[in-house]
Amino acid sequence: MKSNRLTTLFASGRKNLLSVFYTAGYPGLTDTVRIGKALEAAGADFVEIGIPFSDPVADGPTIQASNKVALDNGMNLHLLVEQVAELRKISELPIILMGYLNPVVQYGVEAFCADAAAAGVDGLILPDMPLEEFMAEYKPIFDKHNLHNTFLISPTTSEERIRRIDAVSTAFIYAVAASSTTGAKERFTDEQIAYFERLKSMHLKNPFMIGFGIANNNSFRQACAYSAGAVVGSAFINVLRESKDLEEDISAFVHSLKDGKAL
Amino acid sequence: MTYQVDERGYYGKFGGAYIPEMLYPNVEELRTHYLDIWNDPKFQEEFRALLRDYVGRPTPLYYARRLSEAVGAQVYLKREDLCHTGAHKVNNTIGQILLARRLGKEKIIAETGAGQHGVATATVCALMGMECIVYMGKVDMERQRPNVERMRILGATVVPALSGNMTLKDATNEAMRHWINHPTDTHYIIGSVVGPHPYPDMVARFQSVISEEIKMQLEQAIGRPHPDWVIACVGGGSNAAGAYYHYLDDVRVKLVGVEAAGHGLDSGESAATTALGRPGVLHGSKTLLMQTDDGQVIEPYSISAGLDYPGIGPMHAHLFDTGRVQFVSATDDEAMGAGIRLSRLEGIIPAIESAHALAALNKLKFSKRDVVVVNLSGRGDKDLETYIRWGKY
Repeated sequence: MKSNRLTTLFASGRKNLLSVFYTAGYPGLTDTVRIGKALEAAGADFVEIGIPFSDPVADGPTIQASNKVALDNGMNLHLLVEQVAELRKISELPIILMGYLNPVVQYGVEAFCADAAAAGVDGLILPDMPLEEFMAEYKPIFDKHNLHNTFLISPTTSEERIRRIDAVSTAFIYAVAASSTTGAKERFTDEQIAYFERLKSMHLKNPFMIGFGIANNNSFRQACAYSAGAVVGSAFINVLRESKDLEEDISAFVHSLKDGKAL
Repeated sequence: MTYQVDERGYYGKFGGAYIPEMLYPNVEELRTHYLDIWNDPKFQEEFRALLRDYVGRPTPLYYARRLSEAVGAQVYLKREDLCHTGAHKVNNTIGQILLARRLGKEKIIAETGAGQHGVATATVCALMGMECIVYMGKVDMERQRPNVERMRILGATVVPALSGNMTLKDATNEAMRHWINHPTDTHYIIGSVVGPHPYPDMVARFQSVISEEIKMQLEQAIGRPHPDWVIACVGGGSNAAGAYYHYLDDVRVKLVGVEAAGHGLDSGESAATTALGRPGVLHGSKTLLMQTDDGQVIEPYSISAGLDYPGIGPMHAHLFDTGRVQFVSATDDEAMGAGIRLSRLEGIIPAIESAHALAALNKLKFSKRDVVVVNLSGRGDKDLETYIRWGKY
């Protein structure tokens, strides 16, 4: 794999990276580009743009609802590829597309990887595509288009499996903070902290980002103490849902997360 | 050609385990243990004893004389409707709860459409003294009220699924989410031959007792173990999997699957997956799926809550793909008509799911001597309101 924006970011050694997840086509169909641009301006380090799906089984109510709105708005994967290309013209942020496997399979995995890479996508996260299927079917396609695939691990993932995932990961590992679906939580439990410590002490070859349950500066800083950074999703979707002025609210949210300034 | 699952969990190009990493340990635990448990003579003894003494197996294979005359073939009904709880579903829940106990699980979750699987799960949880949560689409809770109350009487908590069309698919989503959030102490009893490997194979094995009995009963009735036809309805496909299981490699037996055409295949309100679906990934496996060009799952429709599902088990996708099973479909009206006909000719009110299988008797060409086994998967008590609303009797 050649380096790209994503690997360059992680190679820079910068700490406390903030990745923001948002659903494509939400709250408005054409907001995808605008939100990405605003996140870059506000200081997010990379973005994970969600591919809406009718049956998001790994997601909690917040992201489920955003998926439904986006699909009702008419969002689809072909349109998303166009929107990413548009965002790429005005942004150098690393862009990851995250979503369930079925829309990608219907698009055609090869065609999708080619189109996504050409549009300026740096990596993919497909939570319901297991390691085994990726290695057996899709890895050569991803490699050919220089797209980094990020695997999830969770508190119940065995050490042996984490090592296996580390061995085939090429940019970073996504450490799910809890055995749960997505959703903003108040704080981390002692058990979760112990899990982060365990991960840190494994000295994996890939950096890891912590996601699921990051909601504020407190949980963001806690997560960053053990990892390369953290991903915020549902808490951000909540902001988008209520927002009257996207740019202003996005800026305030990112600053409150990174610097602890109150919203 | 094999019709059974391979080592990677596939039936031909269908199957696999497409699950988020959070579920990997749960599914892996099942995968590494289920065959050892199934093959353990002590497990078999316990399973068989409960099927016999608690479920009431073997269920009769009944020669339906008047129906045979009307159809012009030798029609036998496999009376799964006489199982305790009123449908074949309990064969699987008995098997899975014994397995869950062996794995040290304390809590059980399930999804349900018509409510038969939910009732069968609540029943075995009461039997084993285990906590039980059943997810059920809100729409299904309304059209299958008696089953909701049955589950509650049995001590289960019934949680309405409020997303999508609020039917079986959505209940399955909610059950999977619950499992992601409770990975260590909870076993998910999936009610059909769907889901990630090893579920389809596991459920098919628990249901295989149906064709095992048909073989023995036919031998006694007609002097040979194989019929000319086996007909079963297919939603996810668990009763069909059980009815076909021991005949899959016996090409003398024509196997027929009957899907729900709802208001008609072209109506946009249907659940006939083999007619309308394409390969896709949902609920943990690659299978045939009703979906848009963009890969969004289409909300299915059928008058029968148990067939109201946009996919079929990967095993059935493979049986369709290879041509081993002939798939036909029956509309709401055809199924209801077939249900009334069985009531009038044989004094048996079938579940509307099973009525779809009976409707196929009008669509296939039999010779008078053909021995036709219809798997009567469930009884119609739960469907009385639907029969009454339909009204044409």
